[in-house]
Amino acid sequence: MVSSRDAARPGLSPKVGVLALQGDVGEHLSVLAQLGASAVPVRRPSDLEGVQGLVLPGGESTAISLLLASSDLLPGLEKLVADGMPMLGTCAGMIILSRQILDGRPDQVSLGAIDLVVRRNAFGRQLESFEMELPVVGIDGGPMHAVFIRAPIVESTGPGVEVLASVPLDRDAGAPAHPVVCRQGAVIVAAFHPELSGDGRLHQMLLAEIEAEGG
Amino acid sequence: MVVHPVSSAKETASSRATGTARVKRGLAEMLRGGVIMDVVNAEQAKIAEDAGAVAVMALERVPADIRRDGGVARMSDPELVEGIQNAVTIPVMAKARIGHFAEAQVLEALRVDYIDESEVLTPADEAYHIDKWGFQIPFVCGATNLGEALRRISEGAALIRSKGEAGTGNVVEAVRHLRSITGDIRKLTTADPAERYGWAKMLQAPIDLVEEVATEGRLPVPLFCAGGLATPADAALVMQLGAEAVFVGSGIFKSSDPGRRARAIVEATAHFDDAALVAKVSRGLGVAMAGSEIGTLEVKMAERGW
Repeated sequence: MVSSRDAARPGLSPKVGVLALQGDVGEHLSVLAQLGASAVPVRRPSDLEGVQGLVLPGGESTAISLLLASSDLLPGLEKLVADGMPMLGTCAGMIILSRQILDGRPDQVSLGAIDLVVRRNAFGRQLESFEMELPVVGIDGGPMHAVFIRAPIVESTGPGVEVLASVPLDRDAGAPAHPVVCRQGAVIVAAFHPELSGDGRLHQMLLAEIEAEGG
Repeated sequence: MVVHPVSSAKETASSRATGTARVKRGLAEMLRGGVIMDVVNAEQAKIAEDAGAVAVMALERVPADIRRDGGVARMSDPELVEGIQNAVTIPVMAKARIGHFAEAQVLEALRVDYIDESEVLTPADEAYHIDKWGFQIPFVCGATNLGEALRRISEGAALIRSKGEAGTGNVVEAVRHLRSITGDIRKLTTADPAERYGWAKMLQAPIDLVEEVATEGRLPVPLFCAGGLATPADAALVMQLGAEAVFVGSGIFKSSDPGRRARAIVEATAHFDDAALVAKVSRGLGVAMAGSEIGTLEVKMAERGW
């Protein structure tokens, strides 16, 4: 039997919340479970208790934003952002974690956990969605298999932000590239969905951050 | 601040693969836990987006009006589809008739995000559904049972929804279809491997898909619910029965206060297991659509398709 204090210790199954208001929550939960984390869905403020890291999944960012506002989760999330909790956001999750959103709705929630300006649906409609092999700085073992679904893109980055991967917005060879994986401190974001291809290496990066925080 | 792009990409973009099964199913995965709302014009689409819809379904008439007015129901006017695309930032789906691949080609040319090969419209082919593998755009198809779902997946559908009985405001058929699909999936997972061939024969479905369902315990694509949903509790019901998201058609814009009802259904779908919350959002929504008993219907849309 593991005591609750042991469970909070690094290396021993960290408790990671996955925001579960809408989107591909299940894929994140299963990737985290495979990595040995104790993954829990977060739908109400009490679900945040004891959480050591947080994943914001892919989904429709406008819908998640409205549900965030009505779920009373916002104050709790804002506090966790202020406390510097390790977080991973993919696609819609990246949008919500950013400082500023272009082509969003005026009332859309942006938590400002990472100093980015992002543009929603930057590649266009579903016909422009794609998958590719994408090398990511700090990720060993070859490129990640990146699935971009009506994906956002980073338009500008603040001084503390590291760009870990970029892709061109259009398909012309040699076109200028925009960041699609970034990190600032313990906050990691990706415009694509590592959870859709079951690639757990960005989640592993999050777990390493949680371990570093605990140590 | 650094404004991007700052440099040329080292890798070329030619390695991108579009229209793959994973990319098609991927968008369906992103809609999970959400509500897709039928809309007939830009104004309704805006109301749907404001209420928290994850996507809208563009069609000429909502199913309740198709039932009332009769006649042949077809793909919607491209001008209406474009008006809806310009009004919202969320994905826009549109319906094509069963087997009408030329309507589907038009919708792909319009760059809608998903095509619903739908029994709500008048079928165009009595023998064949659209060969959906030939398209870059993903398709959703209706099903009343597991065999029908697997046949549609074998034709390339990237998302399955129950058919229910559209335009009735009566959830009973959707519940029947959902229970039939999830019930057979449960039975299949406990079947002896030798029995899977019998299942494939009985379901009239390809053996490889039957094997996949037996091993994974779920469809290879997401399973959503559609047909006759009218209240927040209807949404909570079908989500608890195993639907991963819901389509609401006539139920919203045939009610007395569409905006509020839409918002309440969004909340109930997200928090389907929180009865107190479903109770809270169900209060004072005004009059739901009138609805019909299935036995009184002249046309059963769920019987279209094969």
